[in-house]
Amino acid sequence: MSTAMNKAELLPAEPKLVQNFSWKKILKRPEAGALGGAILVFALFFVVAPPLRQVDALTTVFYESATIGIPAVAVSMLMIGGEFDLSAGVAVTTSSLAASMFTLTLGGNLWFGILFALFLSLGIGWLNGFLFVRTGLHSFLVTLSTFLMLQGLNLALTKLITGGVATGDISTLPGYASAHAVFASTLKFDGMSLSVAILYWIFFVLLATWVLLRTGLGNWIFAVGGQGDSARAVGVPVRKVKILLFMIVGFSAWFLGMHMLLMYDTVQSGGGVGNELLYIAASVVGGCLMTGGYGSAVGAALGALIFGMSTEGVIYADWDPDWFLFFVGATLLAATVVNTWIRVRASKGK
Amino acid sequence: MSDQSAPIIQLSNVCKSYGNIDVLRGVSLSVRRGEVTCVLGDNGAGKSTLISIIAGLVRHDKGIYAVDGEAVEFGSPRDALNRGISAVYQTLALVPLLPIWRNFFLGSEIKKGVGPFQRLDVKTMKEQTQENLLRMGIRVPDLDRPIGTLSGGQRQVVAIARAIHFGARVLILDEPTAALGVTQSGLVLKYIVAAAREQGTGVIFITHNPHHAYMVGDHFVVLARGEVETDAPRADLSLEDLMFHMAGGAGLDALKHELERKMPAGAAVAGTAAA
Repeated sequence: MSTAMNKAELLPAEPKLVQNFSWKKILKRPEAGALGGAILVFALFFVVAPPLRQVDALTTVFYESATIGIPAVAVSMLMIGGEFDLSAGVAVTTSSLAASMFTLTLGGNLWFGILFALFLSLGIGWLNGFLFVRTGLHSFLVTLSTFLMLQGLNLALTKLITGGVATGDISTLPGYASAHAVFASTLKFDGMSLSVAILYWIFFVLLATWVLLRTGLGNWIFAVGGQGDSARAVGVPVRKVKILLFMIVGFSAWFLGMHMLLMYDTVQSGGGVGNELLYIAASVVGGCLMTGGYGSAVGAALGALIFGMSTEGVIYADWDPDWFLFFVGATLLAATVVNTWIRVRASKGK
Repeated sequence: MSDQSAPIIQLSNVCKSYGNIDVLRGVSLSVRRGEVTCVLGDNGAGKSTLISIIAGLVRHDKGIYAVDGEAVEFGSPRDALNRGISAVYQTLALVPLLPIWRNFFLGSEIKKGVGPFQRLDVKTMKEQTQENLLRMGIRVPDLDRPIGTLSGGQRQVVAIARAIHFGARVLILDEPTAALGVTQSGLVLKYIVAAAREQGTGVIFITHNPHHAYMVGDHFVVLARGEVETDAPRADLSLEDLMFHMAGGAGLDALKHELERKMPAGAAVAGTAAA
């Protein structure tokens, strides 16, 4: 550092802004651990589950991953912003139920129900965010409360309206065909069928990555999660950013909810519980810090892919499906240890 | 140095009290372009209240606070910022895990493109960050490194450079060297001088280290119990004088005298020498 005192000595070389490719740089990315994990898990099931080597099985894996990955993208953004959302799992079911029962009860076009569900989901996100900034409680606590309340509402209102635990069939409603085409169609390429959900998932990952790394909002998201006080001091509207992030999670819950609704036509009111932890786990495996300010959407996608491969791999390998959760836990543990190790090295500038 | 130029900031007889406790009593101070004004004082002397008034965090009760010769009453730090008065606190307003260039432009990002395609102008921001860092003698090969990987002194300098880049004419530095080692302090002091001499910024340097103050200061204000105990340009003051005033000035003489009477001569001398 003593040489840094002399300005003349420091100036000779022109500043280099050219980024050179290097493995070190790749390893320092937040998603490095998840990429390694995804390759390992794939290799494992490639060996033990021969059916997984077929294209059809792979599209199933991707579909399974997309159903975890779509909300996980939003949850990873929220976690980078420093907060949790435990209500995301049941919020998906809430959205499906709302769209379905709204249209079945009031009649009319299914799209009205879909629109109603969108406002409801964004509203739940806004409420999470508003309660969080207003009460100053930890987001874990706030969203744990909304999670339990939503779960209760899902069951109670469904029973009140339909008299049972599931909603009626929506496939005969007007607007069903177009809604199905938008949210749940299957695309065929050369005899290979691909759920449109996979394409949406990839699109959302790319969009989130662009927002996080290339927009002012993205810069603010990292900053409010990394050190909120500092961000506020330089003029970042911390509360607005946090509320917006909760609403993005709400949007993702709505989107997945609509896909599920149009995929299965009926909704079980008790569904979704436990998925919120999968979204968080996928984000953490993908490199998001529990304390915020660090992570990536691509990482969360890789995390979701790991869980998708595990779910399907366990089935294709003819193991008892109960092993899946063990797998999720083991992956989570391994990935967080590796990520922490990488981050400690990265923060030392190595 | 440039004593003839009109002061940017002029405080005359500024008073502040909380309840019936007078924190500041008739403090006068001026800050000129390109000049480093050091504010020294013991804990509780009123330093932080003084900078809070200048930075717009609190309002003064009596006296006049003038910027460019015009009396002002700031309602918030934003008002002060709009007049080019910027405070850099110890916490620095940096986000440790965020890359250096993102920290530099946090809250004032440069953008390009229109409508929904508006995006960060990464290239320009990196170039400007690099330029600013080089100007202050910090060479970082990779601006994508988290700012937490810089040394304490470098981080302090980045925070100061950012304030200047975004239009600060007067910089208030609150104990910038307090938590730093010798070399790191040197880096910051060097940059304080550079900011004043080369960029013409007026600097208010708050410290309780007279050695650091004397290395960079053009003008010294020593506060004691809310009053200006000394106010002198560099020419009228030696480092010894400054340390004497810092240590309590005339009050210290009285204390020494008293101790000498109560203790055996040898012990009193040893005691004051250690102090």
